Amino acid sequence: MMETMLSLTVNGEARTLAGPTSVAALLAGLGFDARKVAVERNEAIVPRSAYGQTWLAPGDALEIVHFIGGG
Amino acid sequence: MDPRIEPAAASDDGWTVAGRRFRSRLIVGTGKYKDFEQTAAAIEASGAEIVTVAVRRVNLADPGAPMLQDYVDPKRVMYLPNTAGCHTAQEAVRTLRLAREAGGWNLVKLEVLGPPPTLYPDMAATVEAAAALIQDGFEVMVYCADDPVAAKRLEAMGCVAIMPLGAPIGSGLGIQNPAMLSMLIEQTEVPLLVDAGVGTASDAAIAMELGCDAVLLNSAIALAKDPIRMARAMRLAVEAGREAFLAGRMARRMGADPSSPLTGLIRR
Repeated sequence: MMETMLSLTVNGEARTLAGPTSVAALLAGLGFDARKVAVERNEAIVPRSAYGQTWLAPGDALEIVHFIGGG
Repeated sequence: MDPRIEPAAASDDGWTVAGRRFRSRLIVGTGKYKDFEQTAAAIEASGAEIVTVAVRRVNLADPGAPMLQDYVDPKRVMYLPNTAGCHTAQEAVRTLRLAREAGGWNLVKLEVLGPPPTLYPDMAATVEAAAALIQDGFEVMVYCADDPVAAKRLEAMGCVAIMPLGAPIGSGLGIQNPAMLSMLIEQTEVPLLVDAGVGTASDAAIAMELGCDAVLLNSAIALAKDPIRMARAMRLAVEAGREAFLAGRMARRMGADPSSPLTGLIRR
């Protein structure tokens, strides 16, 4: 059986993942602590409580951000 | 009661923005520091209870890199997310929605800037973004020009603090517009903060002596030779300026008035 491959962009970078993948799995795979970041999927916020149930789709554009120093 | 024996301790008890009470009248930025250790130490020395932060993409190539939150605990000081780098209402709303999800706060700092070299507040875009953010449930502290008409409009829209510049961001030129700031303070009912231009402690004191509710600054501390020491200087200057404002300065007079009595002088 062929594994589903997902092509999407994360912070503007093209990425290919083995699907199906949730936002929680994506963050864990990338090595980020879900409590310290926020995620936007196709310009809509993904609530932290929904990371586990939000499944990524081909062509998704994801933004993963955090707080940095600023004025 | 004899005013000379009124207790001085009755003086300053802090200020309130969007229903939240703060003792410190100094808000500091977290940008431009050498490292996170210095950032944390400067915030501590400043006594600030609110710090501004920016929202940016994580570095996918370095997920283990230290983060601001590891050094500056958002449970101890309140993070005030800003819209630095946003040039449209849409970008500002997207950025602060992410900030709200990352931190869970509604209180935000809106800034929409024009191009270098002034980075002057773009008031048309700022008004548009403020409307969108208020619509979305944010409590907006707004960086603005020292423009009484625009400031009044932003206040009438529901912005919770008006934050005019004293000089361009990061310029350290000091309070260039005391007359306009005084007029803004006079007409504004929500908190009025000077949000840019402070270069050294006396600038912060001047802003407070004018009657501002608080001062927001970043570069003046971060770019000082000794940021920790400057942070302490700013804390003291803001306190001194507030006390001087409450005390009420003496009238200016053209000419001298001796402090020592002229009577009872000894004579040969």
